[in-house]
Amino acid sequence: MKKITDFKIAERRQYGEHYFVWTLKSPENLEPIRAGQFVEVEVKNSGDVMLRRPISIHDFDITNNTIKLLVQIVGKGTRKLATLKEGDTVNVIYPLGNGFGVIGEHPLLVGGGAGIAPLLGLAKAYKAKGIEPTILLGGRTESLIPAREAFMEVIEGTQLHYATEDGTLGETGLVTQHSVFKGQYDHMATCGPTPMMKAVSQSAQERGIGCEVSLENMMACGVGACLCCVCDTEEGHKCVCKDGPVFDSRKVLSFKL
Amino acid sequence: MSELKLEVKIDRLTLRNPVMTASGTFGYGEEFTDFIDLSRLGGIVVKGTTGERRQGNAYPRMAETPMGMLNAVGLQNVGVETFCKEVYPRIKGYDTNVIVNVSGSSIEEYCHVAEQINELENIPAIELNISCPNVKKGGMGFGTNPDMASQVVAEVRKVYEKTLIVKLTPNVTSVVEIAKAVEGAGADSVSLINTLLGMAVDVERRRPMLSTVTGGLSGPCVKPVAVRCVWQVAHAVKIPVIGLGGIRTAEDALEFLMAGAKAIEVGTANFMDPQVTVKIVEGLKEWSLRHKVEDINDIIGIV
Repeated sequence: MKKITDFKIAERRQYGEHYFVWTLKSPENLEPIRAGQFVEVEVKNSGDVMLRRPISIHDFDITNNTIKLLVQIVGKGTRKLATLKEGDTVNVIYPLGNGFGVIGEHPLLVGGGAGIAPLLGLAKAYKAKGIEPTILLGGRTESLIPAREAFMEVIEGTQLHYATEDGTLGETGLVTQHSVFKGQYDHMATCGPTPMMKAVSQSAQERGIGCEVSLENMMACGVGACLCCVCDTEEGHKCVCKDGPVFDSRKVLSFKL
Repeated sequence: MSELKLEVKIDRLTLRNPVMTASGTFGYGEEFTDFIDLSRLGGIVVKGTTGERRQGNAYPRMAETPMGMLNAVGLQNVGVETFCKEVYPRIKGYDTNVIVNVSGSSIEEYCHVAEQINELENIPAIELNISCPNVKKGGMGFGTNPDMASQVVAEVRKVYEKTLIVKLTPNVTSVVEIAKAVEGAGADSVSLINTLLGMAVDVERRRPMLSTVTGGLSGPCVKPVAVRCVWQVAHAVKIPVIGLGGIRTAEDALEFLMAGAKAIEVGTANFMDPQVTVKIVEGLKEWSLRHKVEDINDIIGIV
């Protein structure tokens, strides 16, 4: 069930200029969450910013009733959220959207920039099934692949790989040029910049394996009421907030081969 | 003090309180049942319904603006046939007035949809949308010309027996003239305002924010325009007026009621707070107690 709750910022960590991670504590038991779902965060006292900000769930812990959000500071709303301190409360609607399927025995998870966020929860979901996923995280430069230590805690070092365009971390180049990307997998999941997701989706289609993509569109309501955040799919316009954010990449028209 | 009365009447409809939801901001109500009990509301107006399924406009369809937003959804909906067969059975049991917003590109289409909805037992009213700014044909075209507005309402009136509410656009020189025209053509009520035609530009990308260039502005920024329109129309027609445009608090709702609206609709605020409608109902009660108003009808049109 979707809920509207005041969470307390239990911890806040800044990663470079552009990113921070919140650990938010719920005053009551968390609703069941699936990796890949998102929240809508209210931006209070920020002058003329009116709408909530959709932010992907990075991680969640049902024993401590906490969720983690990895936030990229991109505009007025997230700049305001970045000023909140530990101990402050934020009003959150959650969990929203469908989330990832935890598909395949040899999955490759590919993330770029802030798009790495939902892959942490997804990696944990695979681990819970006894499956060790391969993870490939990319960015223009090292500082644009934030919060890597959380992945290191979850994933064997041999399964965790990086690609940066300037070579400051991992192999030099795009994720799709990384040696690990060429490996044998039976499923892919990806989240990040659109050109990256498109390239990953198309590679999966060429290999004849499934690929899930987590899309990000501008949203108002987050619950499928306003129909603002649509993407073009084989079945017509679908709401990223309600029918997604995770889609089978073969159904997203702009990602088709 | 005797019991507080929040009940209002719109034609043959009895609303347990004046608070309804605005079409296009509340889906079919189902999207909000995790957050609120719909039976707390006077009514809900569900998504605009047309003769055929519509895909709406291309993304991007939304842009945030200071204290508001532009949208250009373009009446994406499942079409009247699917609405009647699939959606209606899911929502007909709601313990509130479920009103269907009816849209079209031609008089024939409006009549076709109205006729189908007329058959649905638990839909006591339609809101005829002659004011959508986001469709190429019809929509606002009917609502900006008094003759055309009168014509479409008169034709729908012939096939629709229940409460006929007509939703008006503020994008006209005289909203009063349109309101009088639809009253003369047989409307039982008018609701106003639909969105204001607006535009925003992304200066980094050097292009419009919306795929359609222009779109409909809603949210708190439009409220003073809406209150003015309601006040003007309420003084000019005898049929009940439903007010909407930027309402997000009980005080906002009271402004509309005092300006002459018998009921109000809450739109964009549902996106900021899915529980806002129930909070407005509570706020109306609190205000009434504080002001020793026993019947909310006593303050309607007092300014």
